[in-house]
Amino acid sequence: MTETTHLIHSYLRSSKRFPHVWCPGCGIGILMGALIRAIDHNRYSKDEIVLISGIGCSGRLPTYLDFNTLHTTHGRALTFATGIKLAKPSLKVIVVMGDGDAAAIGGNHLIHAARRNVDITAIIVNNQIYGMTGGQSSPTTPLGMTTSSSRYGNLEPAFDISRVVEAAGAAFVARSTVYHTRLLEQLIGKALHKRGFSVVEVICHCVTHVGKATHMNSAVEMMNWQRDNAVSVRKAGTLSAKQLEGKIVTGVLVDREAPTFHEEYEKLVARVGVDDSAV
Amino acid sequence: MKKNKRNERLLLQGSEACARGALQAGCRFYAGYPITPATEIMEAMAWELPRVGGVFIQMEDEIASLGAVIGASLAGVKSMTATSGPGFSLMQEHISFASMAEVPCVIVDVMRGGPSTGLPTLAAQGDVMQARWGAHGDHPVIVLAPSSVYEFFDLTIKAFNLSERYRIPVILVADEMIAHMRESVILPRAEESELEERPRPTVPPEWYAPYKDPGTGVPPMPAFGEGYRYHVTGLAHDIRGYPTIRRDEVGELMARLFNKISKDLHLLQWFDSCYAEDAVVTVIAYGSVARPALRAVKRGREKGLKVGLVKLKVLWPFMRRTVMGFLATSTKVLVPEMNMGQLSREVKRVNQGQCEVLTLNKVDGSMITPGEILAKLEDIYP
Repeated sequence: MTETTHLIHSYLRSSKRFPHVWCPGCGIGILMGALIRAIDHNRYSKDEIVLISGIGCSGRLPTYLDFNTLHTTHGRALTFATGIKLAKPSLKVIVVMGDGDAAAIGGNHLIHAARRNVDITAIIVNNQIYGMTGGQSSPTTPLGMTTSSSRYGNLEPAFDISRVVEAAGAAFVARSTVYHTRLLEQLIGKALHKRGFSVVEVICHCVTHVGKATHMNSAVEMMNWQRDNAVSVRKAGTLSAKQLEGKIVTGVLVDREAPTFHEEYEKLVARVGVDDSAV
Repeated sequence: MKKNKRNERLLLQGSEACARGALQAGCRFYAGYPITPATEIMEAMAWELPRVGGVFIQMEDEIASLGAVIGASLAGVKSMTATSGPGFSLMQEHISFASMAEVPCVIVDVMRGGPSTGLPTLAAQGDVMQARWGAHGDHPVIVLAPSSVYEFFDLTIKAFNLSERYRIPVILVADEMIAHMRESVILPRAEESELEERPRPTVPPEWYAPYKDPGTGVPPMPAFGEGYRYHVTGLAHDIRGYPTIRRDEVGELMARLFNKISKDLHLLQWFDSCYAEDAVVTVIAYGSVARPALRAVKRGREKGLKVGLVKLKVLWPFMRRTVMGFLATSTKVLVPEMNMGQLSREVKRVNQGQCEVLTLNKVDGSMITPGEILAKLEDIYP
């Protein structure tokens, strides 16, 4: 049995009626593969993993995988994750969100999860578009891009998700594209190991909608674009701001130690003391 | 708060009684957001939960609060939140989710004057219909209404029991008056309270189908991390929890969601009555309005009027059987409410011409007084 066959048999739900919902050429499947390999490589048990998603194309990802899986409401996945992690800290909680999910409707939950430093890994699939609803502009859609809700060009500047969560207090922030599959797998592994709120921003192509808007007609063309425009963190340090314009900086962007919410809560409990005479 | 060892008499605020009820029911997770007049419930839980091995967290808004509560419940911990009108509106999205995914949780709505920011410090009963129909989609829900400090304690425990028994969000609609009022109460000791737990699977994980009807309408529910790896979604799902649009599967799911409650309607007829057996005019009231109504009925009896009171403790599902019985024996029914007439619509709906249903409504932020109810009773008395 090849390694891939082994992983498919181990982690994909045989009882789920396939096929999946993603379009031919979608990048989310590549992320799913990287996530599976990162989990397998780091020997987490399937019972201890809770995989949570919001709404959108990425929201369907947990459905296919054999973990404790939870498909929540649009933008709110991190709130469910916070409850699960605090109620049962032994669980390994992973959240998959899209850019509309994490940066628009769930923007407030994202910055507060980062600020609290809850011990959760958030994987944000940034394909710069609302794919499932038919290609509307999102908070990460590039300025000027034509989408089905910005037919005359997008008027709004884009969010840099990684910089937002860095400013909000995340312990670990990394970025990769789906073209850089091995890097993506390594970064997810590091994020899973990190104590605290860890974020992996995954630059992903949407052939169906962004491909149409940017006149790139195949997944191969779009992934080649990712390859040609990605710059490693180390190399980015040697480039000027002007040279970095339009580039995707990949690698570990932030890695710092900070007390997690749960650790602080445990200290509080120790300080207050469990009172046997209380209710 | 000290453990209630000897059933001693306590002077408690309604909100404190609610928090005590929650803790006694086994609630060990609270997520909330400050809002008048429900904040005292959160403050009590923030003080108590770390001392009993539970978790308290103040979230960034009410949507997040109920999200965290549902998450904690999926991890196997009894969980609750409390809010008031504006926050309750924000929670509707997740009440809908908890109904669909069948996640037990308790939501307290301490009603205040509305619409919008309205009257934050004054009592009202404007959320009765929101509690029933505020969440999108056709969904089952159980709503309880306390009318005293003791009842706030008691119904909070019962709310947890019902949410565990039926795997459904249970909403307590109190109001500013009940939450802020202090009364002298004797609470039952922990061992005197009957507690219910959600049904657990008895089969090995490979045989487990998370949304299969075991006959009771309520599928067994393991906690995340116990080896039963299953899928939870707000999408319409099949018995294994996976999304479906097959009409046979969706139809079966929706029917089960409703039937698990409607098959037990006879168990949810909770009311108190006073002089109602031979009443010519019956007052049907709930929450804080039941208090002036009781006084009005007693004074009416002193004046020789055959008036009675039926106090409803369950608002939804509406207690049709109970109410129809009193409609049949009364000539007139009066429904006083601190809204423009919300539950009175239900009374009129089930009346079907048996008697005349009248209303007494007040929405200016002040309580309905016993004198006002008595005056109305005297006015309509045949």
